Amino acid sequence: MDIEDIRDGVLNILKELHEDIDFEAEEKMVDDKILDSFDLVTLVTELGDAFDIEITAKDFVAENFNSVDALSEMIERLMDE
Amino acid sequence: MFVSYSFIAFLFGLFLLYYLIPKKLQWMLLLVANFLFYFSAGRYYPIFILVTSFTVYVTGCLMGKVDDSLEEYERKIKAGEIEKPDREEKKKIKGRMAKKKKCYMLICLLLNLGVLAVTKYTNFVIDNVGSLLVAAGKTAPKEIDLIVPLGISFYTFQAVSYLLDVYWNKCEVQKNFFRFTLFVSFFPQLIQGPISRYGDLSKTLYAEHKAEWKGIRFGLERILWGYFKKLVVADRLSVAVVALMRDPDYYTGGFVFVGMVFYAVQLYADFTGGIDITIGIAETLGIHLEENFIRPYFSKNIIEYWRRWHISMGTWFRDYVFYPCSISKSMKSITKWTKKHFGMGGAKRIAIYIATFLTWFATGVWHGAEWHFIVWGIMNGIIIMITGELEPLYQKFHQRFPKLQGKFFYRAFQVIRTFLLMCCLRMFDTYAAVRLTFRQFFHMFTKFKWSQFSVQEFIDLGLTKSDYMIVFVGTVFMFVVSMLGRDRSVREKISEKPYVVRFGIFVLLFFIVLLFGKYGVGFDAKQFIYNQF
Repeated sequence: MDIEDIRDGVLNILKELHEDIDFEAEEKMVDDKILDSFDLVTLVTELGDAFDIEITAKDFVAENFNSVDALSEMIERLMDE
Repeated sequence: MFVSYSFIAFLFGLFLLYYLIPKKLQWMLLLVANFLFYFSAGRYYPIFILVTSFTVYVTGCLMGKVDDSLEEYERKIKAGEIEKPDREEKKKIKGRMAKKKKCYMLICLLLNLGVLAVTKYTNFVIDNVGSLLVAAGKTAPKEIDLIVPLGISFYTFQAVSYLLDVYWNKCEVQKNFFRFTLFVSFFPQLIQGPISRYGDLSKTLYAEHKAEWKGIRFGLERILWGYFKKLVVADRLSVAVVALMRDPDYYTGGFVFVGMVFYAVQLYADFTGGIDITIGIAETLGIHLEENFIRPYFSKNIIEYWRRWHISMGTWFRDYVFYPCSISKSMKSITKWTKKHFGMGGAKRIAIYIATFLTWFATGVWHGAEWHFIVWGIMNGIIIMITGELEPLYQKFHQRFPKLQGKFFYRAFQVIRTFLLMCCLRMFDTYAAVRLTFRQFFHMFTKFKWSQFSVQEFIDLGLTKSDYMIVFVGTVFMFVVSMLGRDRSVREKISEKPYVVRFGIFVLLFFIVLLFGKYGVGFDAKQFIYNQF
C-alpha cells in the first residue's frame, strides 16, 4: 500500500465522520477544533481497523492528527513498524 | 507554609545565595533548599519523596536502556552488521522489547500510586468497611495513624507524568539522579502545584541563571499580588465561610447562596494567590512555570471552565487518564461493538463517555478520600457530558439568533450561568457531606427569605463592616486586574510606566498587604485550601 492509497483511505474515514468538511484543505484539524475528542477517538479505532495498525497514546498527539498528510505519514510509519 | 516569617526568611536567604554562588551550582542549592523545606514540614517527609524520585528515576533509566538497545539493533541492521531479519522476526523482537518497557513502567506506576493510595486512602477504606460492619452488628476497625506527606498528590503526579512521557518517548531520560530529584521536589510546587511536565520545567530548572532585574521584579510583583489575594481577601473571607458552613441548620435559605458566592471568591483568591506566589518565587530564580489559571470565572460553559481552572491538573488527567483510556484496546472493542449495533453516532460517544466518567471519578478521588469529593467529580463529569450532548442544540439556537453571540448581555448571561453552576458543584466541597449538600441546595430555594438578610446577621459571621468593605474592594480589584490582563500581562503594562509609578504601585501594594492582611495574633495565616489535596 503506497502513501496515496493511505491518503484515500484516510479521506474516506474522515468523510464518514463529517461529510461537509473539505479535509484536504485543512492543515490544523486539531488546533482549529475541526476534529473534537469524539472524532479523534473514533478515528483511532477506524484507522486501526482499516490499516491494521495500533495507534497508542505515544502517537496520540495533535501533530499527527492535524492534516491528512500528517495522518497518512503516521499510518505509513506504524505500518512499517 | 508560604505565609510565615520563617518561610520569607528562608526565601530571602535562598535568593541571596542563589545569585552569589557560581551559576553551575545553582541547581544543587535548589535541591538542598527543597529538602530543607520538606524536612521542616515533617522530618519523615523527605523519605517519601526520595522513594518516589529513586524508583521513577531508575525506571526511567531502564526504559531508556530498552530504547537504546532497540536503536542499536536497528543501526546494526542498517549497517549490515547483522543479517536483516524478516518482517515477522523484527516485529517479534520489537514486541519483546516493548513488553519489557511496559513491565518496568507498570511496576513503577503501581508502586508509586500504591504509596499514594495507602497514605491517602487507607482510612477512607477502613471507615467505609467499618460502617458496613457496624450495620451488620459487628465492631468497626479503628483508623490507622498514617503520615500523609506534604504535597504527595502533586509530586507523585509530577513524577508519574515523567514516567509515562519517557514510556511514550515524549521526553528525554534524565540520567542524573540528583537533577531528577530536583524536578520531583521543586519546593514552590509542593504546596499546591502546578503539576509541571518534565519537558517544560527542565528547560529552565537546570539552566544557569544570572540575576536579571526584570525577571526578579516581575517575580516579586507576582508574589506580592499572591499575598494580597491570600491574606487580604481569602483569609478574611474564610472566617465568614467557616461560620456559614459550621451551622447549616441556622444558615439556610438565602445564606446557602451567600456561602456559595463567598466560597467562590475565597477559593479563587486562595488558590490563584498561592499559584501566583509559586510562579513568582520561581520567576525570581529565573525558572519558568506554566500558568495554572486563565480567568476561569469568565468561562461560558463548564468545559471552558475546566480548560481555564487548575489547568495543570486538567491537562494531567486529559493526557494520562482520559486519552489513554479512550483509545485503549478494550475501549476500541467497545467502540466497534457500539458502531455495529447503534451506528456511528453511538460509537463516537461511548468511548468518550466512559473515559469522561472514569476521569472525573479519578479527579474526585484525587481531591480527597471522602465521598463528597467523589460525588463532586462524578457530577462534574455528568454535566460535562450533558453540555457536550446539548452542543448541537446550542448551535441551532445560535444559528437561529446569530446576533446574540456578539452581545454583551448574552455573554454576561453565559458567564454568570457558568459561575453559578460551578458554585453549586463546589457546595460538595464546602459542606463536606453529600446528603447535607443536596439538602442545602434545595433549601436555598424552599427556605429563602429576604428578611434573613440583616446587617447584624452578616456581622455575626465574624467579620466587621470594614472587613466586608476590604473584601469588596479587594474583589473588585482582582476583577479589574483580571480584565486588564486579557490582552497581555498586567506586569508588562506596569513596566512601561515611569519608574516612579512602578515603584509607587509596588510600595502601595506592599503596604496594603501589610496593613490589611488578615494576620491574627502570632501571624496565624490559614493553610492553603488546595494544600489538603
